[in-house]
Amino acid sequence: MNDVLDSAAQNPGAAQVPLRPLGKVLAVTSGKGGVGKTFVSANLAAALAKRGHKVLVLDADLGLANLDVVLNLYPKITLHDVFTGKATLEEAILPAPGGFSVLLAGSGMVEYSRLTSEVRNEFLRVMNSLVPNYDVVILDTGAGISDVVLFAVSLASEVLMVATPEPTSLTDAYATIKVLVGQQQRQTVRVIINQATRPGSGAAITNQLQQVLDRFVVAGLNQPIRLIHMGDIPVDPEVRQAIMRRQLMMQATPGCPAGMALTQIARNLEESVIPRPA
Amino acid sequence: MFSTGFFARFHYPVLKSTVAPPSTSLIDLPDLRLDNACALLEHDARNSQPQRDESPTEYLQRVIDSLCELSLKDPLTGLGNRRHFLSALERQIETVARSGESVLLLMLDIDHFKSINDTHGHLAGDQVLRTIAHCLARCVRPVDTVARYGGEEFAIILPNCRPLFGLALAERIRRAVAELSVAVSPLLTIQATISIGGAYAPEWVRSTTELWIERADTQLYRAKANGRNQACIDQPQELSVSAEEKGLLFSHLATDNANPFESGQDNVTNRVNA
Repeated sequence: MNDVLDSAAQNPGAAQVPLRPLGKVLAVTSGKGGVGKTFVSANLAAALAKRGHKVLVLDADLGLANLDVVLNLYPKITLHDVFTGKATLEEAILPAPGGFSVLLAGSGMVEYSRLTSEVRNEFLRVMNSLVPNYDVVILDTGAGISDVVLFAVSLASEVLMVATPEPTSLTDAYATIKVLVGQQQRQTVRVIINQATRPGSGAAITNQLQQVLDRFVVAGLNQPIRLIHMGDIPVDPEVRQAIMRRQLMMQATPGCPAGMALTQIARNLEESVIPRPA
Repeated sequence: MFSTGFFARFHYPVLKSTVAPPSTSLIDLPDLRLDNACALLEHDARNSQPQRDESPTEYLQRVIDSLCELSLKDPLTGLGNRRHFLSALERQIETVARSGESVLLLMLDIDHFKSINDTHGHLAGDQVLRTIAHCLARCVRPVDTVARYGGEEFAIILPNCRPLFGLALAERIRRAVAELSVAVSPLLTIQATISIGGAYAPEWVRSTTELWIERADTQLYRAKANGRNQACIDQPQELSVSAEEKGLLFSHLATDNANPFESGQDNVTNRVNA
């Protein structure tokens, strides 16, 4: 019996995560893939940079994210080289179009898709040296709830859940929120609805998610969970255009409806979680 | 407790025998010392002597096979030991990563085992361990792996176990153990209970044995903290949205259909609801 108590208390994995983010670390995640996580990460970073914040985006999907494709950047030195000790962290950080910094994982990182204690420690080391140097660090995480995703999210001070109004996306977003609440005791999750088809539909969807959570999840807990709707990004032909042209939408057409929505989300974040730039 | 499939995975180096006729003496390897190996096997009530119809290669193969089997077995209970358990768990992680099969890991701990030892002595404790081990082995299918994890803790790996059945299965095992009476002496029978914690491997994901065991252990701790003699299962994450929850989640879509897609300027908006 004592063995059980001790092993749970010492918890070898959790003992490695004493990190208290000094700056603001935002994890952009979603249950389902293909809902625009990387699009939101990159363009939100550009929107925040435009408002005077020093922002870095980290490919926390460890090479499986399409951040390099979205930004049209294919660097020689990546996070993989930092993890393997072939390059310093400073060498791997690049300026991205849109006025923010980016740390790409590189294709070699696929072998790190398994969360070993080595990956944990390297990840923590990188985060600890990054966070003090930026106003905002955005973690572009993978889809789903793999160990790597959950670990990356556990390092964030805020979770931005991206979902589309589709049933599959909502189901997966809901399932992910349940896991985050259950495993990481998250009490607040911020929701961004991408590809919204009608004004106000995002708020309705968030409200719906909140109701289902209250009824099925909160009932079994002794703490409330609060979903905060951060905004909707409307369906916008400019988004598709920018993606096809390999341009960052916030740079090509910042005044389009989707661009204005992202600027508004950046403003909402400033009001709630990020201090305004000095 | 050992499936033949497990051993078939090992590829033993074949010792080349140049001597054609079978012989009971190992003339090719005069410096070979098998005394310790033979003593170990004899201790486990196995025949360690070369047989009349056995070639030296066959004999050595048999000794090595028996030693491998011994190295994976818990001597007290006859179940797999921790080494056997960890290698089986490692293989399940590979399977799950490729097939998305649902595999359940149960960690089981005998309640108040220390007081059994303190009150009735260690021989009685050993008897309880053996009886519970046999009971656990009887409760599961041949494909399942039952192992002694250490001390009074056992582990069971159940491949292809649907999430729906996990808790019922753990409960069945818990009840089977609770119904046991361990006859320690003609005048004394002991009743023991177990607490069970379980966790499914995350589907399609290559996790680690440490993380998986950690999650099952957390549930075991919950079962202990809730008063023991019970089972707690960490339901798999991907399948954790019930039909009822989905029904409520999608109720907004019904209203969307009532007002089909609005076209025109109203549709593309920059209004944001914060």
